[in-house]
Amino acid sequence: MKQVYSRPKSLKEAHFHYCPGCGHGIINRLIAEVIDEMGLREKAICVAPAGCGMLIYNYFDMDTLESAHGRGAAVATGIKRVRPDNLVFSYQGDGDLAAIGTAEGFHAANRGELITVIFVNNGVYGMTGGQMAPTTLSKQVTTTTPYGRDTVLAGHPVRICEVFAVLDGTSYLERVAVNKPAAIIKAKKAIAKAFQHQLDKTGFSLVEILSPCPTNWKMNSVEACKWIDEVMSKKFPIGLVKEVKC
Amino acid sequence: MNGNAALGEAAVLAGCACYFGYPITPQNELTEYMAKRMPETGGVFIQSESEIAAINMVLGASVAGARAMTSSSSPGMSLKQEGISYLAADELPAVVVNMVRGGPGMGNISPAQSDYMQATRGGGHGDYKTIVLAPGSVQELTEIVPLAFELADEYRNPVVILGDGMLGQMMEPVSFDNIKPPKVYPKDYILTGAHGRPSRMVRSLLFDTKEEEEHNWKLFRKYQRIEQNEVRYETFMMEDADMAAIAYGIGARIVRGAIKRLRQENLKIGMIRPITLWPFPAKIIQETVKKVSDFFVFEMSTGQMVEDVKLSLEGKGHIHFYGRPGGVIPTPIELYRIISRHYYQARRRKKQ
Ligand SMILES: Cc1ncc(C[n+]2csc(CCOP(=O)(O)OP(=O)(O)O)c2C)c(N)n1
Ligand code: SF4
Repeated sequence: MKQVYSRPKSLKEAHFHYCPGCGHGIINRLIAEVIDEMGLREKAICVAPAGCGMLIYNYFDMDTLESAHGRGAAVATGIKRVRPDNLVFSYQGDGDLAAIGTAEGFHAANRGELITVIFVNNGVYGMTGGQMAPTTLSKQVTTTTPYGRDTVLAGHPVRICEVFAVLDGTSYLERVAVNKPAAIIKAKKAIAKAFQHQLDKTGFSLVEILSPCPTNWKMNSVEACKWIDEVMSKKFPIGLVKEVKC
Repeated sequence: MNGNAALGEAAVLAGCACYFGYPITPQNELTEYMAKRMPETGGVFIQSESEIAAINMVLGASVAGARAMTSSSSPGMSLKQEGISYLAADELPAVVVNMVRGGPGMGNISPAQSDYMQATRGGGHGDYKTIVLAPGSVQELTEIVPLAFELADEYRNPVVILGDGMLGQMMEPVSFDNIKPPKVYPKDYILTGAHGRPSRMVRSLLFDTKEEEEHNWKLFRKYQRIEQNEVRYETFMMEDADMAAIAYGIGARIVRGAIKRLRQENLKIGMIRPITLWPFPAKIIQETVKKVSDFFVFEMSTGQMVEDVKLSLEGKGHIHFYGRPGGVIPTPIELYRIISRHYYQARRRKKQ
């Protein structure tokens, strides 16, 4: 019988710790599949974040380093400058990249560091219990915006891809989602493209992935996936934001 | 050469392959020197967007196997503490230079010794220590750099070189002839891509409390080993001394000038100069108190190292402290007057 589905080599034999319906597990798997398919497992160095994705070193069967909250892009910079032939990527949440680590991400992008950032946008701080993130939508209720995000008081949702797009160092920025099969296939392609841009040395690459957090959105998985289409992607439009051809 | 540039050249000779830094006075000459020299040697130079980014680039470079260094001055060191804590937790080598200036806050850009506590107590969060080396001249600064890289590699731990604005900026003749490239230690933990071997992970996150505790005991045992093996100090005219001055870095240099003068008047003062501030040379102080009852501690702060002297003395001996915070560099004459006053007080007390 032909085997059509199996565990990617780049994933260890471990169970994900993510909540049911969480997008992180899908994204982890997509990265592993892409790395397998591109034959990069023995070349890859992953920088893990603080946030729900922090335990990826339990899942990825590749060289992995933990970084302090928000510092992934700086750490990845240090690694890549020493090991230009490796595939170096950081995995960061929206609190991680769009709040505490804005400076590190922005400047790595501006320098055109030949690294890739996998940016998981779930609109909240997942790990610490669902507080407001910079990407939280206007009027969205979180534990620190109990009356809904008031943009006058708490600012506006940050669109990282659009912000980074104006930086000359960025070569590939795409926003995707993992809320339905067709979107997941596109997300995988985007990850592969981002890695290819790194290998081709065109510049800094980033894939922003809209990812459900049913737990903190207080929805079931189906509602969460729908919410990405109906609400979240209105503020964060899916699609290619920038690609520089080499 | 000025101290900052000499330090940079010594780092190059010691095999430093990566430098990451953010400008701050009084250590800019080092960042500028590395900007010029690293590309010449095939190394990496990045002017980072902040001290936080710089130390995290060091972490990345270190985990990738390179000898990496960053430098700053006091306010910048506060920002680096997060990364230093991670380096210590991950057991990664790195050299971090602090050319101390007057603080707290923005303070001023004049030389000071007020970051002693921050440097010797770990500085960041958690139970960890950094080796702290405190040179007293430009020549010694250059010799301490390869030692710093070697100790960092040997113990897989961040090493801090604690200077100050004066040491960084003063010009002195310097020779690099004695600089031997540091010993190479096996780096079987670095991340190179899991090519032909099992994948590796470097992390400090230990959810399991038992694992976390065992990790901290392991680090503790390493720090004990460092305390046993790596204490460094210098003594000056201690053979017949009945009062021991204790000072480090530039402070010790000024005290030395004062002692030379005091000796001309037959006041029997000597000096113990810690070179490693952590591990602190407690043993020599414990041995000295068997013969010498009075200790004069001088610091360019309101008194930080004096606590280590007290701990070393374990209640024995008399401590005389003099401090000048705020970036003031006292003259040898000033210290000569202060020390002689304390010397005569001690003599009177002993007669009573
Ligand atoms: C310096 C620092 N501040 C705060 C924290 C606590 N913390 C851990 S994860 C996290 C938020 C993570 O949110 P995000 O990056 O959006 O990732 P998610 O959990 O949603 O995947 C915070 C605030 C920390 N570990 N370090
Ligand atoms: S809290 Fe949200 S982001 Fe974190 S694992 Fe659960 S669903 Fe995923």
